[in-house]
Amino acid sequence: MNKTIRQLIAAFALVLPAFGALASEGPALEKAPINVQDTESLQRGAQVFVNYCLSCHSASAMRYNRLTDIGLSEDQIKSNLMFATDKIGEQMNVAMDKKDAKAWFGATPPDLSVIARSRGADYLYGYLRGFYRDDTRPTGWNNLVFDKVGMPHILWQWQGEQVLKTEKNAAGHEEHSLELVKAGTLTKLENGKANTAEFDKRMADLTNFLVYMAEPAQVKRQQIGYVVLMYLFLLLLPFAYFLKKAYWEDVH
Amino acid sequence: MSKGQKLLNWVDDRFPLSSMMKEHVTEYYAPKNFNFWYFFGSLAMLVLVIQIVTGIFLTMNYKPDASLNGAGIPVAFASVEYIMRDVAGGWIIRYMHSTGASLFFVVGYLHMFRGLIYGSYKQPRELVWIFGTLIFLCLMGEAFMGYLLPWGQMSFWGAQVIVNLFSSIPVIGPDLSVFIRGDFVVGDATLNRFFALHVIAIPLILLALVVAHLIALHEVGSNNPDGVEIKKLKGEDGKPLDGIPFHPYYTVKDILGVAVFLIVFSAIVFFAPEMGGFFLEHPNFDQADPLKTPPHIAPVWYFTPFYAILRAVPSFAGTQVWGVLAMGAAVVLIAFLPWLDKSPVKSIRYRGPKFKFMLVLFIIAFIGLGILGAAPSTNVRTVVAQLLSVIYFAFFLGMPFYTKNDVGSTPVPTRVTMSTPARQVRFLVLVAVTVVAATLFAKFI
Repeated sequence: MNKTIRQLIAAFALVLPAFGALASEGPALEKAPINVQDTESLQRGAQVFVNYCLSCHSASAMRYNRLTDIGLSEDQIKSNLMFATDKIGEQMNVAMDKKDAKAWFGATPPDLSVIARSRGADYLYGYLRGFYRDDTRPTGWNNLVFDKVGMPHILWQWQGEQVLKTEKNAAGHEEHSLELVKAGTLTKLENGKANTAEFDKRMADLTNFLVYMAEPAQVKRQQIGYVVLMYLFLLLLPFAYFLKKAYWEDVH
Repeated sequence: MSKGQKLLNWVDDRFPLSSMMKEHVTEYYAPKNFNFWYFFGSLAMLVLVIQIVTGIFLTMNYKPDASLNGAGIPVAFASVEYIMRDVAGGWIIRYMHSTGASLFFVVGYLHMFRGLIYGSYKQPRELVWIFGTLIFLCLMGEAFMGYLLPWGQMSFWGAQVIVNLFSSIPVIGPDLSVFIRGDFVVGDATLNRFFALHVIAIPLILLALVVAHLIALHEVGSNNPDGVEIKKLKGEDGKPLDGIPFHPYYTVKDILGVAVFLIVFSAIVFFAPEMGGFFLEHPNFDQADPLKTPPHIAPVWYFTPFYAILRAVPSFAGTQVWGVLAMGAAVVLIAFLPWLDKSPVKSIRYRGPKFKFMLVLFIIAFIGLGILGAAPSTNVRTVVAQLLSVIYFAFFLGMPFYTKNDVGSTPVPTRVTMSTPARQVRFLVLVAVTVVAATLFAKFI
């Protein structure tokens, strides 16, 4: 068997160097600072979501009364977060016609119920902060994470305006970055230096909410998980181990 | 006579309950030297039960309907999210089912690998092995059809790719693929028939095959890590000297295996149900869209070795059918192991260096193909996949030649041998080397 181990190692040693490390595709995404247990952040995110996203994007799997998950009462939800319906058990649908939407934006705005599960939090966080001025686009906006996106920059009054900067790095590859050139209400330009902390935080809240909404049961899932694993580790496993040991005492 | 005994007698006069219990459980003598690898048969049964029970509850709320609801979402896709959010306990049932599907293949592959290293398919267990391969085949069909049901992008395009394979068959191909789909594209008709096949047709066959697998096994008796036939050496009481009754010895041992398995299972269900996109693929949270082909269509991890073989075979003579044939052969060849293996001994412990060398190559090929099948193809990856495919087939087709007279220096003992600490350390080292090597390969390829 020692021989087998040596053969395994030798085989892999032969195969490994043949392939250089392959560069990953797409722009590098910043890690989204999210925490689905932070209900205050989720509530702020929900506020942004229903005010800004929910006009064009639906979240048809999500019901308004589910927001009680994140520490809101039904009255709070009714008076602050519901604009399209007065039934608390209703799903987050939009009134916009799909065909109109397609004609206006070039694509129907996707339903956002599980968008965080298909794209991931980092993608959404990068996308929400990735709009820049691009006069070649019909909307006047493009996005660093989603090139030629049909969606206009809804939150430009908050973020201000960014432009794309392209530089060649030492290896001769083009590297893109964004530069804030005009401050919005949530960003500052001080002596040519951009301060985007407030806007970034707002987008982190929104991303956090999208992640929560993609799987509202996730916090509960983990809570139950700890109990189940504790039961398995502390009760079933020792019980099964000693039971087996006792029965097998006479087998040699 | 107690009332219970009376009742049992009443039943036994009409149905062979006690004799069946004796034959299959309390007086089924199994070798006493089963090791780690022997947990996976009972675990596969456990997963089968989990899948059936969770599946029953899923069907109560799932709707196999590809039409769009008021919000523009396919009803099937929306019904899965309905289960995840609005059905009491729905998410836990769904995650148990999705995790169970993947773990079915984990335990299945380990169970088959056990057969491979200890020669469990060899005479007289050929039928046990063939029933087993048929179970594996059913499982692949079951997983493939079940994967269409959430009606996400990968469900749709995965089914599209696989059904299209049939259209490459000469003459009947195009008509055959329409027959399978029930339409010219994967659509509502396909979803409905896959649902029917997934929830009743294939499970029925699967259950019948499991019964046949066990009856055949209990007829010939279990093999063991030494490949010694325990029935050859019986004591004065007519019981095998190296055998112990399945119950209570292996029932309590399997409970220990179940406890460990449930820890792994629960850790995934409660803390990583997507398993980083391997158990639940991220693009499958986008609803199926026949007009939007995803840039990279990857099957779920358990199909990737065979998918890599499919992609590795180039098309020639104007048809791509060769890749399809190779993929089919890669599965079918497994059933022929009992006749491909000419070795006079069963267990790897008493085989010579040739088989061990080929087995190591086979492990590299199978895991390597699995990793390659999950990644988008590049020129380098295609060449590596071709090399590994050749190794995969060489392992099977070369077997009659390299196993002949390939015997190790230690002769097969007459009695079974028990596990030793040295053996356990060697096993752990081998597992660690395999895991590390596979991780490195996945990282750098």
